[in-house]
Amino acid sequence: MSNPHNNHYDYTKDVPASAAYPEVSFNPPHDSSNFYSKVKKTTIILSVLTIIELFLGLYIYYLHEGVPSYSWVLFLKGVICILTLAKAYYIVAVFMHLGDEIKNFIMVIVVPLLLFIWFIIAFLQEGNAFKEARNKYDKYQLEMTTDAKKYPAPTAEHEPAKGEMHSEH
Amino acid sequence: MAQNVVSAHNTKWWNGGKSPFNLEYGKLMMWFFLLSDAFTFGAFLISYGTDRFSSNSWPDPNHVFNAFPGAGSANLPLAFVSLMTFILIISSVTMVLAVHAGHNRDKAGVEKWLIWTIIGGLAFLSCQAWEWNHLHHEGAWWGSNPFPNANGTQATTNFTNFFFTITGFHGFHVFSGVIINIVMLLMARANVFAKKGHYLMIEKAGLYWHFVDLVWVFVFLCFYLV
Repeated sequence: MSNPHNNHYDYTKDVPASAAYPEVSFNPPHDSSNFYSKVKKTTIILSVLTIIELFLGLYIYYLHEGVPSYSWVLFLKGVICILTLAKAYYIVAVFMHLGDEIKNFIMVIVVPLLLFIWFIIAFLQEGNAFKEARNKYDKYQLEMTTDAKKYPAPTAEHEPAKGEMHSEH
Repeated sequence: MAQNVVSAHNTKWWNGGKSPFNLEYGKLMMWFFLLSDAFTFGAFLISYGTDRFSSNSWPDPNHVFNAFPGAGSANLPLAFVSLMTFILIISSVTMVLAVHAGHNRDKAGVEKWLIWTIIGGLAFLSCQAWEWNHLHHEGAWWGSNPFPNANGTQATTNFTNFFFTITGFHGFHVFSGVIINIVMLLMARANVFAKKGHYLMIEKAGLYWHFVDLVWVFVFLCFYLV
């Protein structure tokens, strides 16, 4: 612009480096005024979710003093998992600014992560199937891991010696 | 030429002439690295879950992780790990503020918040060192599990193997994050970013640091809460 007769005009020379390539997001897409309130809000949300998780965790601990209903504990654990996913969303979307990127890029990151849906279901299902098959065909192992009266853990009631090895017999 | 730049700027994302993701190259690569790292951690945690699902019983985390520094043998389930979780959340917040100061090219702000983030990271690592040391003194290590299953039967060493491997791998990430943040602090001090005219490196370090926090959220879930 400053020298129209020069065919080899290098536009990066007359402008600051940060403005030379304007398509790159050198400048934050959000403005400063709502930035602090957004960070404050997110910090509070993360803290509150963590505290709720802790209370649920302690409640499960309290339930285990007695003999809790299996499905109720499973439900509470499911709630904790959902709260964790909510925390993950806030960390990625706000703290890592993924929510401020263009949609194409959000999809590039989020769509591969959908593999985790299969990953988790398939492998937990596989673990459970292995357990059931093993319980069916290996009665000794089943008794070893479920009958504490017959096979109590040797260290259940006392402090173990340092570095004591516990291999399977 | 200047005219071309302006017209290129008005084309669509994938027509060429502009960055299709509107992201600087290094930042894009950091995201891709973190995506791959997410699968590494995911595979670790899912193998832990698979192993747990294939076991008839498993040690109760509330009976394993119930100690607090200076509290002797008091039974305080979840207390110490909550402290560690909050330390990491707060250090994530200070990192956000460092990145924001970088956006405003505020060198003093970047340095201040980076120092706080480094302190948070070191505090977390110290907590983890204490916890590992404590568990080791109880007889827990790779290949050694003193904790019984929740139903009173003897547990395999899978529990401690997974615990030390996964928290160790995460701790190593925290450690590298602290090193990266220290390097960023020294570079900011040396005016490297001020001369470049932008603080994008702080953003990349910030992405890594937040990712470490993100992973901890899931480690916290899998080992301590459920």
